[in-house]
This record gives sequence, C-alpha cells and structure tokens, in this order.
Amino acid sequence: MPKRGGERSMVPRAEFGSYYGRPVLKRPRWQAPHLPGYLYFGGLSGAAAAMAAMADATGRGRLSLTGRVTAATAAAAGSALLIAELGRPERFLNMLRVFKPTSPMSVGSWVLATHGGLTGLSAASGVTGIAPWLGRAAGAGAALTGPVLATYTGVLMADTAVPAWHEGYRHLPLLFAGSALASAGAVGMAAVPRGQAGPARRMALLGAGLELAAAGTLEKGAGMREQAELISEPYRTGRAGTLLRLGRGLTAAGAAGTLVAGRSRTAAVVSGLALTGGALCTRFGVFYAGLASAEDPKYTVVPQRARRATGA
Amino acid sequence: MAECHPVGFQWVMEAKARGAKVFHVDPRFTRTSAVAHRHLPIRAGSDIVLLGALVNHVLSGGHDFREYVLNYTNAASIVGEDFRDTEDLDGLFSGYDAEKREYDPTSWAYQNGDAQAAAGARDEAKTDDDRSHEHGPGATFEATPSQTGHAPRRDETLEHPRCVYQILKRHFARYTPELVEEMCGIGPERFAELADAIVANSGRDRTTAFVYSVGWTQHTVGAQYIRTAAILQLLLGNIGRPGGGILALRGHASIQGSTDIPTLFNLLPGYLPMPYAHEHEDLDTYLERAAGDTGFWGNKRAYMVSLLKAWWGDAATADNDFCFDYLPRLTGDHGTYHTVLDQIAGKVKGYFLMGENPAVGSAGGRLQRQGLAATEWLVVRDLNLIESAEFWRNSPEIAAGETSPEQIATEVFFLPAAAHTEKDGTFTNTQRLLQWHHKALDPPGDARSDLWFIYHLGLRVRERLAGSTDRNDRPIQELTWDYPVEGPHDDPSAEAVLAEINGYDGDGRPLSGFTALKDDGSTSSGCWIYSGCYTGGVNQTARRRPGPEQSWVAPEWGWAWPANRRILYNRASADPEGRPWSERKAYVWWDGEQWTGHDVPDFEKTKPPSYEPPEGATAQDAIAGTDPFIMQTDGKAWLFVPKGLVDGPLPAHYEPQESPVANPLYAQQDNPARQLYPRRGNRYHPAGSTVYPYAFTTYRLTEHHTAGGMSRFLPYLSELQPEMFCEVSPALAAERGLTNGGWATIVTARTAIEARVLVTERMSPLRIQGRTVHQVGLPYHWGTSGVVRGDSANDLLPIVLDANTHIQESKAATCDIRPGRRPQGAALGALVRRYRRQAGIPED
Amino acid sequence: MSDSLYGPLHDVAEDAGYADPPARAGFFTDTSVCIGCKACEVACKEWNAIPDDGFALTGMSYDNTGQLGASTWRHVAFIEQSRPREVGDGDGGTRWLMASDVCKHCTHAACLDVCPTGALFRTEFATVVVQQDVCNGCAYCVSACPYGVIDRREGDGRAWKCTMCYDRIGDGMEPACAKACPTDSIQYGPLDELRERARARLDELHAEGVAEARLYGEDENDGVGGDGAFFLLLDEPETYGLPPDPVVTTRDLPAMWKWAGGAAAALAGCVAVSFLGRR
Ligand SMILES: Nc1nc2c(c(=O)[nH]1)N[C@H]1C(S)=C(S)[C@@H](COP(=O)(O)OP(=O)(O)OC[C@H]3O[C@@H](n4cnc5c(=O)[nH]c(N)nc54)[C@H](O)[C@@H]3O)O[C@H]1N2
Ligand SMILES: Nc1nc2c(c(=O)[nH]1)N[C@H]1C(S)=C(S)[C@@H](COP(=O)(O)OP(=O)(O)OC[C@H]3O[C@@H](n4cnc5c(=O)[nH]c(N)nc54)[C@H](O)[C@@H]3O)O[C@H]1N2
Ligand code: SF4
Ligand code: SF4
Ligand code: SF4
Ligand code: SF4
Ligand code: SF4
Ligand SMILES: [Mo]
Repeated sequence: MPKRGGERSMVPRAEFGSYYGRPVLKRPRWQAPHLPGYLYFGGLSGAAAAMAAMADATGRGRLSLTGRVTAATAAAAGSALLIAELGRPERFLNMLRVFKPTSPMSVGSWVLATHGGLTGLSAASGVTGIAPWLGRAAGAGAALTGPVLATYTGVLMADTAVPAWHEGYRHLPLLFAGSALASAGAVGMAAVPRGQAGPARRMALLGAGLELAAAGTLEKGAGMREQAELISEPYRTGRAGTLLRLGRGLTAAGAAGTLVAGRSRTAAVVSGLALTGGALCTRFGVFYAGLASAEDPKYTVVPQRARRATGA
Repeated sequence: MAECHPVGFQWVMEAKARGAKVFHVDPRFTRTSAVAHRHLPIRAGSDIVLLGALVNHVLSGGHDFREYVLNYTNAASIVGEDFRDTEDLDGLFSGYDAEKREYDPTSWAYQNGDAQAAAGARDEAKTDDDRSHEHGPGATFEATPSQTGHAPRRDETLEHPRCVYQILKRHFARYTPELVEEMCGIGPERFAELADAIVANSGRDRTTAFVYSVGWTQHTVGAQYIRTAAILQLLLGNIGRPGGGILALRGHASIQGSTDIPTLFNLLPGYLPMPYAHEHEDLDTYLERAAGDTGFWGNKRAYMVSLLKAWWGDAATADNDFCFDYLPRLTGDHGTYHTVLDQIAGKVKGYFLMGENPAVGSAGGRLQRQGLAATEWLVVRDLNLIESAEFWRNSPEIAAGETSPEQIATEVFFLPAAAHTEKDGTFTNTQRLLQWHHKALDPPGDARSDLWFIYHLGLRVRERLAGSTDRNDRPIQELTWDYPVEGPHDDPSAEAVLAEINGYDGDGRPLSGFTALKDDGSTSSGCWIYSGCYTGGVNQTARRRPGPEQSWVAPEWGWAWPANRRILYNRASADPEGRPWSERKAYVWWDGEQWTGHDVPDFEKTKPPSYEPPEGATAQDAIAGTDPFIMQTDGKAWLFVPKGLVDGPLPAHYEPQESPVANPLYAQQDNPARQLYPRRGNRYHPAGSTVYPYAFTTYRLTEHHTAGGMSRFLPYLSELQPEMFCEVSPALAAERGLTNGGWATIVTARTAIEARVLVTERMSPLRIQGRTVHQVGLPYHWGTSGVVRGDSANDLLPIVLDANTHIQESKAATCDIRPGRRPQGAALGALVRRYRRQAGIPED
Repeated sequence: MSDSLYGPLHDVAEDAGYADPPARAGFFTDTSVCIGCKACEVACKEWNAIPDDGFALTGMSYDNTGQLGASTWRHVAFIEQSRPREVGDGDGGTRWLMASDVCKHCTHAACLDVCPTGALFRTEFATVVVQQDVCNGCAYCVSACPYGVIDRREGDGRAWKCTMCYDRIGDGMEPACAKACPTDSIQYGPLDELRERARARLDELHAEGVAEARLYGEDENDGVGGDGAFFLLLDEPETYGLPPDPVVTTRDLPAMWKWAGGAAAALAGCVAVSFLGRR
C-alpha cells in the first residue's frame, strides 16, 4: 500500500495489481529453434563473411573458402529458419515490398537478402573457381553486410515491448557480435588446418571474451535504465538462466581450449564445438528470457509504475 | 435487468445520469448491482416480507399519498363482516377448504357491493376431472353473476375498522424492519435507506418505478409478489403517472404479444376468458361470468362478438350465438406442467412444440423428457435441433442407462422454422408496443415461418374435412381461413393477419379502434385491444419516426395497445379535478372541455371530472369522472382484491415449497393454494432439511438465452459462457471444499447435476433467523445438444406452481452441494437415492 | 512520412502523408457505465466475421475470452473486488468492474513502426489497420505492441486486430461495437471531441466523489503520444490488464541503432585485429 505522510505522495506500491496474473503483453509468436537458430546462423554468417574477406585479403585460401562457404550456408540456413517462422512463408518476399527504417526486420531483411546474395556468389565462385574477381568483390561486400547482419538482430529483439529484450538494447548487439565472432572463429579453427587458423582462433578468443562480458552485464542488468535488478531477472532465472549459465561455461571452456587449439586439431574441434554450443545456448537463453519477461506481468507493470510514480 | 434486458437498461443508466437513485434487490450481486447505487442481497423467496415492510412503513408513517389513495383506490371500501385475515387464522384467509386446498372467495367481498374481477380467475368452473384435487386450485370457484349497481359502501375517513385501509394497516403491521432482517437478511439501516428513498421520491412532484421480471414471478407466491408492489405503488400514488409504475420486463421477444393474443390455455385474445365446459352455457351466460358489467369490460359482448365474427365470418350470426358453440371448452388446468404429467400418464397422444424447449427449459427436466417420450408422435418446429427433438438419443437418462433409444417409441418430426429475420410480423414488447419487423432474407432450405406452417396445415386439414357432414367438423369448415399468399412457397401475408386482428366495419373498412366495436355482429376484430393498429388501412406498427423528430412520449414509434396509449390509467396523472398533480409530472389533464396532454388520455375524451354515473349505468357510463381505473367494475385500483385471485385478497408471506427455514409469521408455512404434484420423480424436500441445507436459485446469463436453442448453437455466444457453472460464496466454498474453476455436484431429491465452480464475493451468505443461510446460484441454459453442452439446472427442480399463474417455482429451492464431478451411469441414481433416504423422503 | 517516433503529434494522418485528412477518429470507452453485456464483443465478431476463440471456462469471473487477440478484437474484462462486509450491510464493499478493451490506435503505433511488409498502415482517420493481403505473418507487431493487443492467428498465419471498422467509418457509419453498446460505454467520434467529453465526465465523477476515476490513454504526452482509443477507468490500469505507462518501443530505436552500429564496428574491428600477425 502507498505509504502515508511521506514526503513523496506517490510511493510505488510494494505489491502490484494484475488481471488474474495474466500477461499484459502478448507472448512473442517467434519460436525455438527458429528464432534462436536464426540469430546463431545470422551471426555466424556475418562474422564468417568478414573472416573470409580478411582471409582473402591476407591470402589465406583455405580459411577464405571455409569462411565463404560457412557464410553462404549459414545465411541460407538462417533465411530458411526465418521463412519457416512466418505465418505465411509463401509471402516472404513481401518483406522486400518496402524499405522501412523504423522496422529492424525490414532493414534486416534487406541486409539478409543482400548478404545472402553476396555470400552465395562468393561461395559459388570460391567453390567452382569461376569468376574469382567477382567472388572476391562479392566477398568484400559481404564483409560489410556481415557485421550488420550479425548485430542488427540485437535491435530486432530490443525493438519490442518485451522488457528483457527492450531494456537490453545496449547489451544485445554486443552480445551477438561477440557470439558471432566466437561462432565463426570456432568453425574456422575446426575446419581449417592449424596453420591457417590463427586468425580464426583469435576471433574465437576475442568473441568469447566479448560474449562473456556482454552476457555478464546483461545478466546483472548493468547499464539498464530502470529497475535493472527486476528487468534482468529473467536472464538469471528459469530456463533462460540455466541456458545462459551453461552457455557461459561452454564459451569459457571453448575459449580455454582455443588457447591450446593451435597445437591440436582435436583441441580445435572440441573447443570449436564448445564455442558453438555456447553461442547457441546464449541465443536460446536470450530468447527464453524474453518469453519469460513477456509472460509475467510484473516485468511490465512494476517498472512502469515506478516510472510513472517518479514522473520519469 | 442489465443481465437480461441490456438494451432496455440503457434507460436506467440514462435515468441514473439524470439523478435517479437505483436500488437492486437480488440474492446475487449481478451486472445490474454493479452499476446500481445500492445492492440489497435478499434471500430468494422472501420479497413479500421486504415489500410488506415497505407498505407498513408507508402506512404506519402516514406517508401515503392520501388524495390519490382516497380517490383512486378502494382504500375506503368496506369489506364484509365475514372476512377473516391471516392475522385471525394464523396464515389463512377465510374461506379455505383444507381438503380441496382451495379458497372460496365469497367472504372476501365488499359489504353489500359486488365486484367482478377484471382479470385473473373469472369464468372458471369445477369439473369432475380427477386431477383437480391433487394440485389445488387450478380450476376453482363458480363465479357469481355480477350484481352491478351496488356500489360498495365506503368510509371516506378511512377509519372504519373494516375499510380496506384499516385492514391493510392491521395486515401489514407485522412486516417490520426487524422481520426483514430476520427473513430477508437485509439489515435495518439498509432497509431504512430504501424506505426513505422511496417515500422521498414519491408524491405530487416525484415518482418511483419498480422494475421486475421472473425473480418475482417464479415462486409459489409469484402473483402476490406483484400484488404487494402494486399496493405500495398505489399507496404512494405511483401508478398511471410518468416515471411511475410497476414494470414487468418480459421474456421472449413478443411474449407480451403471446399473452395479448394468447398461447395460454385459459385466455382468448384480449384477455377474454376461455369458456369452461359448463353445461348448456351460451354466449349470454358466458358473458355474465366473463367480466363485470361496469367499466370498460361492460362492452365485453362487443369484444367477444367481434372476435367470433373475425373467426367465423358470415357463418357467425345473431341466430347461432355468433358460433359461440364452436369454441372449444376447458375442463380444467391445461397448462404446460399439467399436460406433461398427463403425457406421463399416457393421456396425450401427440404434441406440437413450436418455439419451446421444455427438455431443458422447464422445471423437472427428467419429467419433461419422460413426458415427451410417452407421446406417440411429436412435432418440433425450431431453428435448431434442440434437446426436445433429440432427447430420444442424447438425454441424461440415456447416459445414465435408465432408458435407451430403442425403448422410446415416439415418432419425432423436426420441422425447421424461419427466424424472425426471415419473416414479416410484429413483436409486442413489455410496454405493449407493437413493432413491425420486415423480412430481411429468405429462410434457408426447408425452413418456413410458423404462419406458413399453421396456415397450410389448416388448409390441409380443411381439405380432408371438405366432404364431412359431421357437426363437429363445422367449426373448421366454416372458419375464416383465406389469407392472400405470396412468393414461391405461398407464404400467407402477415399484414393481412394484422388487418384482421385490427378488424373491419360492416363495409369492410379497417376499424379505427376498439370503441368502434359493435355487439350486433356488424364489426369484426381478432383482438379488441389491438384494434386501431391498422387504422386507415395503414400498418401503424411499422412507424419508425426517430425520437428527436417527435415528442418525448414518441407516439409515432410503433403502436401501443390500447389506442396507441403509452401509459395505462394515465387519468391518474391528474388530480380528481383533472389538474396535473404537479407541473413537473404533468401528463394528461382536463382543459375545461376535454382531456388532453402528452399521451392519449386513458379516459373518455369528453367525460368531465365532475361526471357522476346515473343509477343503473353500465360499462364506461358507470365510471365516474374521477375514477381512472376504467377496466375495474368500480373504477378504482384494488388494494384489497375481493375477487379474481385464488390465494387470498391480500399478499401474505409464505415460504417457498423448499425452504431452509420455517415461516415465523404464521403457522401456515407455504402458500396454501399452491399447485402441488407429489409423485415419483417429483419429491419435495422438507423445510429446514439438513440433508439439503442450501438454498439455490436459477437465472439467466446475458450471454445465453433461456433453454439455449438460440445461444448454445452459436459459437459467438457459446464461447462467452462455455460451460455450466454454479456460483458460491467463499464461505460456502470453504465449508464444502469447493475451489474456483473446479467441479461441484449439486444434489436434490430429483437428481444430481455437475457444474464448474465460480467462487465469488458476489454471492453473500445471509443471516436468517440467527443462522447463516448460503445460497447457490445456477444459470439454467445448458443441455445435451449444441456447440457447448452441460447439465441442466431444471433437472434439479421439482414441479410446484404458483396458484394463480401456473408458473413453476424455479427461483427458490434447496439442495446440497459437494466437490467433484457427479457419478456417471447407475451410480448417479444411487447417489440421489442415498440422499433421499437420508432425508426420509419416500421413493414412490 | 514523418520520422518522429515519439511525442505529441499535431495531426497524425497528415504526419502519415495524407493531405487534408478527416478528423482523427477515436473511441472513448467509459468503463463507469459498462454493464459487461459483451454486445461489443459479439457485434465485432459478427461484423468482421471473426472465428470463435475456443470454448473454455477460465474461472475469471464472467470473462471467458481472457484477452484481446487475433480472434477477439474487443474484450470485456470483469474484475471482482470487495472489502470485508458485515452481515446485513448489503453488498458491503463489493465492486464489479467491467471494461471493454480494444486496440488503442496509438499515435505512435509500435506495431505499425516495426511491420516489415507495410501490411500495417495508418488510415486517413489516423487509425491503424492491417492489410490482410500483405501481412506475411512475421509476428513482429505482436511483440512490439506495448498493450499486448495484436496477435497472429494460428492456422491462418496472419496478424489481426481491431480495424476501428475501417469499412464502416469510411461510409459514415459507427463501428459495430460502439453501435451495439447499449449504455454508450463505447463512444465513437472525432478524438478531440471525445477528449473533451471525457474530461467533463471525469469532473462529474470526481464531483460525485468517485475519486478513483481517471482517464487512461488520453494524454498526448504519454509514451505513445496518446491513444486513439482511450478509457475512463475506476482503478489502476494494471487491474484491468493494461500497462500503467506504455512507451512505444521505437522511441529508443535511434539509440538501438547506435549501439548496434557500435557492435558491428566492434565485430569488424575484432575480425581485422584477428588477422594481424602471421599465423
Ligand atoms: N440475455 C438474456 N436475456 C433474456 C433472457 C435470457 O435467457 N438471456 N430471457 C428472457 C426471458 S424469457 C425472461 S422471462 C427475462 C427474465 O429476466 P430476469 O427476471 O431478469 O431473469 P432471471 O435471471 O431469471 O432472474 C432475475 C434475477 O432474479 C433473481 N432472483 C431469484 N430469486 C429471487 C427472489 O426471490 N427475489 C428477488 N428479488 N430476486 C430473485 C436472480 O438472482 C436473478 O438475478 O429475460 C429475458 N431476457
Ligand atoms: N430453472 C428455470 N427454468 C426456467 C426459467 C428460470 O428462470 N429458471 N425461466 C422460464 C422462462 S421465463 C421461460 S420464458 C422459459 C423458456 O423456455 P423455452 O421457451 O422452453 O426455451 P427457449 O430456449 O427460449 O425456446 C425457444 C425456442 O424457440 C426457437 N425459436 C426461435 N424463434 C422461433 C420461431 O420463430 N419459430 C419457431 N418455431 N421456433 C423459434 C428457439 O430456437 C428456441 O429453441 O424457461 C423457463 N424455465
Ligand atoms: S436480445 Fe433483443 S430484446 Fe433482448 S435486450 Fe437485446 S435487443 Fe433487446
Ligand atoms: S495498441 Fe498495439 S496494436 Fe494497437 S495501434 Fe497501438 S501498438 Fe498497434
Ligand atoms: S505479422 Fe503482418 S502485420 Fe504484423 S508485422 Fe508482420 S507483416 Fe506486419
Ligand atoms: S471498431 Fe470494429 S473492429 Fe474494432 S473492436 Fe469495434 S467492432 Fe471490432
Ligand atoms: S457493449 Fe458496452 S456495456 Fe456492453 S460490455 Fe461492451 S462496452 Fe460494456
Ligand atoms: Mo420468460
């Protein structure tokens, strides 16, 4: 109950009212594994494309080819998951009917379409050896779209009313960037002979570090604007909490393994798998945290009440 | 009202916005309570105590509207010396025959004056029909011929101990606020608030309205509920005035129409009584019994002869009593419940069900279905395949293994009916307003209107009888049965029927109204009160001038019977001299030459307030210029009813047939004249039973309609209330281990049903006679067919009827409630039997 | 199209590119006179030929619809409240609040902002409508709506919500739900007029001592720039299942893009850095 006689007349109520405990928001219709899978593949494709272009530029043929094929395959897989998520998959192309800067999904669709085309071209060229200049040019282009593809998904999730996602708008792009780096690095170091895989291992390490740091701040709610403790709660609890903890463990282990992966292919493969697992766990964790925060009205109501009470 | 008449309720909301105070008296806190100023939870079946206490409050506090009461009611009339009140006879009035369970009303008469009832028990007669004893007064006394011209003796000082006013005072003296608290569960403060509000809002300047519906009628004392309200409203001067009245909210669309042009067994159109099978009764003797000779019923011959002319046309002549003999005669109670019991007794071969679903909608559901199953053939005309057409394959009795489709020999004919949107016709609403509806689309497939069905059935029957020389077939052979038809299916014209109802003069011109009716056979009218609805050959009921384009009385929207009058007895809105009681409440008045005002005056236009009837005058000529109640023999409203009611001249509180408590007022526990049918399958619970300790009431939900034929088959309505449920208070839930959303089984001596549970503060336990009485709420819409299905509340109820109206007591009974679903199959019967044994109720 | 994502808008339709649009159409739902008859729910379904929403008893008072959704565009909430009572005290403190909820047709509609196909659009009446032949069922709008209004209909795959009866109001007719409402709890009209009427009604209720009465969604300075469909409530919004202080998610979109841009740069930077060195 509101306190009486205090200086502030509008002390937020300790308990909160709700309509039979029902959510205020709609549960996102996005599902697992589609959405988290798409996040993973998008990140992988984006980072892999950048890796391939750099490998091209630095003359690392195997790494480039692996990067190109990974980027193209992941973009295709991601697109497939995205389309499968649509209520009307046959109308996928309606995404390209307009370009709407206010819609991250519209922006993302154009990026994905461009990126998918470029990675496809460069991979085809890389695999077949036809028109290598075109492949390289396309690859260079994909190196520009890749980082956008890997990180716009943070905006995609954050630009919703889902409190955990929305309030994580600072963290999610960095988290996804780190995770994308780690994923691409993991594929690179697992698939490419040790000698050429140095950059991949370094990408994996940097990515893992970024991922761990971003996930850590997200779980704590550090940097969230309001009710950080409450809004970040879904990242620490329940299914999402478990997944994120598991992800962190896998990523840390993968990173540790990466340190020795330069000496052992087996270590490279194992740490690559661990990093991939970590990246997947992170994506699923973020996804489920959103669901949890949409489903319990307290995540919507309590921060909003507080905001209203303080006039913020 | 918000629940069942949401569209009409907009006017209550409007009145509220304009400052009206709204009280809601109901056992449950409903959608109406939610927007009322005050909700008074009451124990179901105890309203006469509350209303009686209000009457007492008005009388003992001297709050009555004396000038109105003195001039417009029978308060001053002196009742005969033989009359004994319930005060004298411990709950009975004089004239009770305990063996026959009937009253002889002779002793209720005025001293040396006689009165005839304008409605109610009139041309009824005892028959030697074997049934008349078990149920009490379905068929009653021989009406004494009216002796008009003897005005009752009056005492204008209202002090004579036997004047109606003093009788009322004594009779209601025991109805105190303390009794209200003890019996209704309404505390003294709340009572005082209600009483003060009503008194303060009545008089010259203000009026109070009472609105009721079946929460008041479905009791063994239903008619007397309304009577108590009538007494109160008359004492306060709230009848015949704008903003006043006792407004009966009716049920089905045009249920008012179906009492005006009745589907009731004991009435002819326009409230003429149906003749009974007296020996050698001719038109004259019938008319003598039908109604009084003074007041507007004095023209009854014109009404009756015009009706007979409408039906038998040229065949009806003065020489043959206008074919009066062609009318069928009654031999007793042919009400729906009686007929069902006759079905079970094998006395009813075939049955038509048109627009009714008794397998779900009528009390004693098991008996209803048993009755249908005992007929040889059954015709059901309905919009949907309702339970009454499907009972032979999906009844609860079949599920319980008590019977099977193979054992039911009834041949069921289901004929799809056209809905109101698919045919022309009128609805008559509760305000007596006839409103025409135009056909909007063709009925689907084989569906036909009821008019089509009856008309063509009539033609076929006539074809069969065309060559017959049997005298008994003459009524059908000579019947006027010649409506113009239209369309591919030869649909009879509904407008032609309306024109026939309106009536014609000798030259075949539409009549202008009932005052033009003649008793010599030169006019015809299918229903005298409707005469005028087709004036000038124009369908007056189809008028739809928008409200803002006409006066606030809105006379040009539809057409109200009689004579397009919107408030009945509106002469009472002016004082005896014909002046409005107040400017604020001016409605009709005498302008020196004639009656005029906002509405059509309910008085002869040029009869001055000073008019005194000459000795021996009849009909309206016998009504003085100061007497507004022109249908009554004495022109007065009756506070005390010397004739016309079968259960007493005054309302007295009796407990429902099944009550959790004893009647503290009188030794007489229940209405002595109620219709009882004790028999197998219809056992009653003793009062105060600890085996069936809870009171329950049944009611409607906004989302469904009655027996469900029009709502449970529609997804849009079904999803809004998808399952049968019961409503209980948190206290009762705790006492019986019921949980919100869980299941409960409700048990009576008739059967047990299951329902989901809503635990809600809207149900309040009441303190009655010092102990807590819990009430269980049960909507009655579910059955075994339709989009959503569930157990039927009516299966729980016994058949026990109001003495006057033959309406079932479905608003108050007792039960037990227990957590969990009911047993299936034979175990269900076993549970019910166990309860009965425990309560000491014999099985057969 | 204006690029304003937040704050009051002088003329919403004009802002959306209509030259000389009609007055902004809106709903004022006065829950203090709602009788919970659900005529609005049914009328909406009838007019818009919406499928049924399932047949399940919720145990939530008389509300068996539960919430707005793809197949329920008007939803009547039932809230039972009570204070301890004394026997004979009548209903004591029982209150039964009823409120008909609907899409708010926000000034800044998140659903519309995020829709990638342009299926959601702003009409000339400044309402927000889904074009069913364009929607591909991406469900972005579902997560974006701060009121939890719009939803995707399973089996059909598209997103559905109240159209403010676009097909009726264009012909000068009242929306079906408002037409059916017997007590005028749902009032339809030019939003400016409705706001005035609502403020008068609020004053009236306050004068009658109904201190808890308040307007919801009427303030154009709120997080969505004011609702095209606003309400008079008798308790806190969350009691009715409404968010107390919703903000259009795209208010933060520029900041989001900045952070994403930073992250993309970081990613690119990390890749580049990783390629420094020989091995
Ligand atoms: N939505 C909807 N509307 C309908 C109908 C429908 O089925 N659904 N049916 C139509 C028909 S046929 C009819 S007759 C009317 C009936 O209209 P109503 O009479 O309003 O209908 P009910 O719900 O049966 O009963 C009204 C109330 O009486 C209360 N009640 C029960 N016992 C008592 C009592 O002893 N005293 C008092 N004071 N109250 C009591 C009940 O709790 C209930 O709330 O509605 C018509 N309108
Ligand atoms: N326990 C309990 N029992 C009650 C009551 C109660 O309050 N409690 N209330 C009582 C009251 S007031 C009433 S009125 C009854 C109602 O009980 P019923 O009249 O038995 O029930 P309805 O479902 O109204 O049945 C009407 C049927 O008419 C059909 N119909 C509609 N239009 C037409 C048409 O134009 N032609 C034809 N041929 N059919 C049509 C509908 O589909 C529907 O099946 O229930 C009574 N029973
Ligand atoms: S169903 Fe018909 S009669 Fe009943 S309230 Fe609605 S409009 Fe009036
Ligand atoms: S309430 Fe939700 S669905 Fe409606 S306009 Fe606003 S954001 Fe869109
Ligand atoms: S589901 Fe349809 S309306 Fe909603 S955002 Fe996607 S395309 Fe637009
Ligand atoms: S405006 Fe039309 S579409 Fe919207 S809720 Fe009302 S009836 Fe339904
Ligand atoms: S139609 Fe009106 S009164 Fe009925 S539930 Fe809807 S808003 Fe309330
Ligand atoms: Mo009825």
